[in-house]
Amino acid sequence: MRNVPTMIQREVGAYFLSPIAYIVMAIFLLACGLAFGLGTFVPGGEASLRPMLGQWIVLILVFVLPMLTMRLLSEEFRTGTIETLMTAPITETEIVIGKFLGVLAVYGVLLLAMLIYPVILASYGNVDGALLLCNYIGLILLGALYISVGLFFSACSKHQIIAVLLSFALLALMTFAAQGLAQVVPAGWSRVFLQHISIASHFQDFVRGLIDLNHVVFFLTTTALFLYLTVKRLEVRRWQ
Amino acid sequence: MIRVRNLTKRYGSFVAVDDISFDVEEGGVVGLLGPNGAGKTTTMRVLTCYHPASSGTASVAGFDVFKDSLEVRRRIGYLPESTPLYPEMRVREYLMFRGKLRGLSRAECVDAIKRVADRCWLGEFINRPIAQLSKGMKQRVGLADALIHDPDVLILDEPTIGLDPKQIRETRNLIKELGAHHTVMLSSHILHEVEQTCNRTIIIADGKIVAMGSPDELLEQVVSQARVVAELKGPEPEIAQGVRTIAGVQDVQTHADNGWVRVSIQPVSDADVREEVFKLTSSKGWPLRELHRAGATLEDFFVKVTTEHARTTEN
Repeated sequence: MRNVPTMIQREVGAYFLSPIAYIVMAIFLLACGLAFGLGTFVPGGEASLRPMLGQWIVLILVFVLPMLTMRLLSEEFRTGTIETLMTAPITETEIVIGKFLGVLAVYGVLLLAMLIYPVILASYGNVDGALLLCNYIGLILLGALYISVGLFFSACSKHQIIAVLLSFALLALMTFAAQGLAQVVPAGWSRVFLQHISIASHFQDFVRGLIDLNHVVFFLTTTALFLYLTVKRLEVRRWQ
Repeated sequence: MIRVRNLTKRYGSFVAVDDISFDVEEGGVVGLLGPNGAGKTTTMRVLTCYHPASSGTASVAGFDVFKDSLEVRRRIGYLPESTPLYPEMRVREYLMFRGKLRGLSRAECVDAIKRVADRCWLGEFINRPIAQLSKGMKQRVGLADALIHDPDVLILDEPTIGLDPKQIRETRNLIKELGAHHTVMLSSHILHEVEQTCNRTIIIADGKIVAMGSPDELLEQVVSQARVVAELKGPEPEIAQGVRTIAGVQDVQTHADNGWVRVSIQPVSDADVREEVFKLTSSKGWPLRELHRAGATLEDFFVKVTTEHARTTEN
């Protein structure tokens, strides 16, 4: 894991040296601003991020995070830099963890920028700090899962557009459709499975201010699964 | 330093490298020469641990490329053919990143960057974004990257492709200098380049090694098969007949022009008939104004072995 800090530094640098980070941040903040202005910042409203997080943020992140992750490996495949990277003394696991933590750091910057909203609310009412902390823990876990899915699809194609579309598709399915589908399919393992992978229902408790270990485990294991698949995908690629 | 045994690499049903074996001693420059698509890049990718071999083994500095891949990669500096770089980074940042990946500390990187920037004439380009560099400059950055950790072995895939003549000459001189401290393996489809820079040449065609040796040894093989050309004055039929009687002569063609007769002699392999030709002409009193071996260039040899090989595989 000696090379992980070097990889993180390079990835974070790549975002801020090119326009991607700024464009994605602008889209994210615009969408958050709309959600905040229309949903939360209304007379008589509650001084918390709950309404905004519950419906809007999840939707925004489904679209914003794959835009950050799509270039991670696709771009290396397309330009051929994967060849110099993988002939350096660095393992596939180090590459994947480094890239993952790099995007997570950029996502952290987005979350910090989003703190502007509780600050605004604080001047109108009392913001519950513990609830806010709980919201942020949920947002970090949710973001980590989305990033690992995006990273996995980025390892599947040298075309960024394919990586981003596949990420949208799977994330939208897991976030929004799984719960609805679970109602439709007959009772049995498929319903249990769909309920289990429904990201939105796992996230709801964090919005309400509850930290349930079940949900934490769901986010961490699913993230780890996709990171593992990404490592395997890179290893398989050597043989092709 | 590099040891390859029965190496085969298949992509699906396509055999890119077919059962090749060779050794490279420490120091000096070895050229991997072959037409496009001969398997040069594939061989290099196996040695640099980018692709595993389908069968056979390869080792660098005593470490197996498959089992001790990380150890091998620590000891190799590799310049891929297309020189892939991160366009958004500045040259210094890129070299810093690559140095750290090779396990150098920040302070060591700073020193190493100074050294390779000097070596590869990066000059004021060191602070430029890579996206702004010309092809030639990018090639130098790639070479600087390969050198940054002072590796035992340098593997350069077509290092002069796409450069202008001045840059080609500079790069060749640099590679020759590097051969004094590193074991260098370069690939090329240009014979001239290998002839100029390498101490040893491995010629490959269709994934197989067709010839191996120093340029002199290869030239020896060529020379032994070269025709001998003589130009002398005398009666044409008598000359032709006289030359035919010399031991080791396979075929003779004559052509008379303005009183001089041009004789082209194909000797059997390894026979040098020039002395006998001279003795013949002096004994007969025919004036001799030219006597030399023709077609003794590596170029002919290269074309010959690669096309011969293609012909035998077609049959």
